[in-house]
Amino acid sequence: MVQASPKSQTKYDVIVVGSGAGGGMAAYQLAVAGLKVLVLEAGRSYDPVRETPMFKLPRQAPLLGAGTKHKPFGFYDATVDGGWEVPGEPYTNAPGTDFKWWRSRMLGGRTNHWGRISLRMGEYDFRPKSRDGLGADWPMTYDDLAPYYDRTEMLIGVYGGDDNLENTPASSPGVLMPPPAPRATELLTKKHSAPLGIPVIPAHLAIMTTRQDANTLPARLHPNNPLAQRVLAQSMRQRAACLWATPCGWGCSVKANFQSTTVLLPPALLTGNVDIVPDAMVREVTMDASGKATGVHYIDKTTRTDRQVTARVVVLAASACESARIMLNSKSALFPNGVANSSGLVGKYLMDTVGAGIGGQIPALENLPPHNQDGASGMHMYTPWWLYKEQLAGKLGFARGYHIEMGGGRTMPGPGIFGGLDEFTQGAYGKRFKEEARRYYGSFIRFDGRGEMIPNEDSYCEIDPNVVDQWGIPVLRFHWKWSEHETKQAAHMVKTFADMITSMGGKVSGTVETDGAKVIANGGQIIHEVGTCRMGTDSRTSVLNQYGQSWDVKNLFVTDGSVFVSNADKNPTLSILALAWRTCDHILGEMQRGNI
Amino acid sequence: MSDEQTPPMDRREALKVLAIAAASATIADGLTPAPASAQRAALPTLPAASAPIPPKSGPRGTVTDPDLLNAKATWPRLLSAAELVTLSALCDMIIPADEKSPGASAVGVPAYINEYVSAPYDWAERALVRVRGGLVWLDVESGRRFGKPFTGLSLAQRTTICDDLCYLPKAKPEHQVGARFFDQIRDLTSSGFYTSDAGMKDLQYVGNVPLAKFNAPPPEVLKHLGLA
Repeated sequence: MVQASPKSQTKYDVIVVGSGAGGGMAAYQLAVAGLKVLVLEAGRSYDPVRETPMFKLPRQAPLLGAGTKHKPFGFYDATVDGGWEVPGEPYTNAPGTDFKWWRSRMLGGRTNHWGRISLRMGEYDFRPKSRDGLGADWPMTYDDLAPYYDRTEMLIGVYGGDDNLENTPASSPGVLMPPPAPRATELLTKKHSAPLGIPVIPAHLAIMTTRQDANTLPARLHPNNPLAQRVLAQSMRQRAACLWATPCGWGCSVKANFQSTTVLLPPALLTGNVDIVPDAMVREVTMDASGKATGVHYIDKTTRTDRQVTARVVVLAASACESARIMLNSKSALFPNGVANSSGLVGKYLMDTVGAGIGGQIPALENLPPHNQDGASGMHMYTPWWLYKEQLAGKLGFARGYHIEMGGGRTMPGPGIFGGLDEFTQGAYGKRFKEEARRYYGSFIRFDGRGEMIPNEDSYCEIDPNVVDQWGIPVLRFHWKWSEHETKQAAHMVKTFADMITSMGGKVSGTVETDGAKVIANGGQIIHEVGTCRMGTDSRTSVLNQYGQSWDVKNLFVTDGSVFVSNADKNPTLSILALAWRTCDHILGEMQRGNI
Repeated sequence: MSDEQTPPMDRREALKVLAIAAASATIADGLTPAPASAQRAALPTLPAASAPIPPKSGPRGTVTDPDLLNAKATWPRLLSAAELVTLSALCDMIIPADEKSPGASAVGVPAYINEYVSAPYDWAERALVRVRGGLVWLDVESGRRFGKPFTGLSLAQRTTICDDLCYLPKAKPEHQVGARFFDQIRDLTSSGFYTSDAGMKDLQYVGNVPLAKFNAPPPEVLKHLGLA
């Protein structure tokens, strides 16, 4: 259960640090296998069932629900004590760097608010260096992870189409839920993008368009495991399908989308094998003389005191940068540069996603007959990267691709809804303003590119020796640099989106910047930090093996985004979940073999 | 004209789904901590000093963890009653009542603008100066032209002033300040108005209702878009 401190009478098999995608999956998989698991969460307990502001309106919130520095994604966003700035928990930037580090200090972490976009990495994505000589290859292939993608999608519930495009793999038959019908804006985009050679296909999001089959899925996912089948069936029966209203980013009280707090932690807790201690900020992994991890130190935030807990296995899933921070702060005689850091690569090869976007106004969408476009709140259609052949032929001037996310149309009116309308109406006010508002409402759309960043030597985090946070823990200092591959890609994004808007007969908002450095989002702004403890085949050039197991410390594992070797344009959460599941299978195997 | 193809999920049915999910989950998934008494009962042998404190679940009421279900902008409002009277007159020039919906002040837009400029953020401090200064500027301009403050002017007189302010790119140099002020008030007024019930209805926004199924756009929409 969720409680203030570990049960003193229980000996734990595993400590899991963090309760988001990687931590929630680890807690679930290890608990249903019968292990006693202690989950330490740096933020407060959080219950989406009771706390999600379903069907609330902007006018019921301060400032009409607009984002502030305290709630960057809006008042109702399901982020507690989080954002790029967390009071009392600073970080620093090296001169010339403006990295933004997002944290979500709450049970379930950022899975409570994430975009639910769930794209698989494809076969190319595991072999980037072999294809173009840049970055590094993963120590596994797509085929190694594909079964875990299937299982993860069945476990959490993902809608999507069965398109099987280049490096955009289909799921196995029957795994995905049917995609929702496309919106008018998406159909219009599809029609006018086709002549440009840009495909628009059903997106994959972790939102349930139908209920899960609680009678058959648990046995498929956990054969020969009655405990797992029982708790998963019970958990699945508590989940409803999407109601087609109210934003996923606020959380979902009917559990229709994936949040660790509605999908992974409930069945984990039902096993009776899991204790969750919130407000527990882990600062160090403890070691014995033989080089094995013995547990962790954490600061109990409610009392500001240091606590120590022990277990056979330690799993770090505190987020890419926070896990690296814990490892770098875990110094001992054996590991003077931080635990499991004999390679010196902990904190290195930090990546985010390349982001740039542009909006426009589409006359065809003016005065559209009113109808409900809310849908799943996220996109129903998207564009996967489509220029593999042109890239291979050297026509693009940059390596690696991006996908296109699309939004707009007749969404719920919010603050700023008609900001800039004077540009279209030459300053309308009075009754004419109301007429123009009726005409233009729903006619604005936006495209955002989300692309691959290639890991580089200049983008990393390290401990700042001069600064601690309010818990006395040394903080991270960031270094960041985009290469031309990323900035040219960003320029390609906005040019492409401008072409798409023009092809729809629309007018692009603002100017189309040709210098990608001017439109690319800051490092950290897309909130896809990965890569600080990368996997590999060689202990000198990687921190972990292909199972997320430390080369140096056999009973130390990592299951968050830090394990990523590259950061394909596929949003990382689905891969974090699938990789975490694979790591858990390996932990169980290592335990059975008596290795840990 | 609501979405005729998709009947909203029966309201009772929707509430039932929400209620069942809430009840079963809260009891069964253990995410809600047991009451303090239950926790103490479960651990009778522990000395009082080390007894677990029930963790706080639910909002702490801080700026980074506000109560989302009982939201309130708590900061003091800074505009005076007299300022609000002038502001209301201007808001109603921007969004007046017409045959389809009421005017801006009738749905509380001036109160929203007061909340906005009074907010405890840096940008609000700047907005407060612009709005306060703009209101005085408006009265001075009204007095210069017509010998009365803005609220004392006829509709025609107000209109001649607003015509000079309403489009920043075409505003004369001596009206630039007033035009910037007008532009910000227009943005805030439309935000406040179109997020009200009356404003959402005026735009014929028909979402935010639970549906059993999400349907493709109706035929008249496809026809309108040339997709039929």
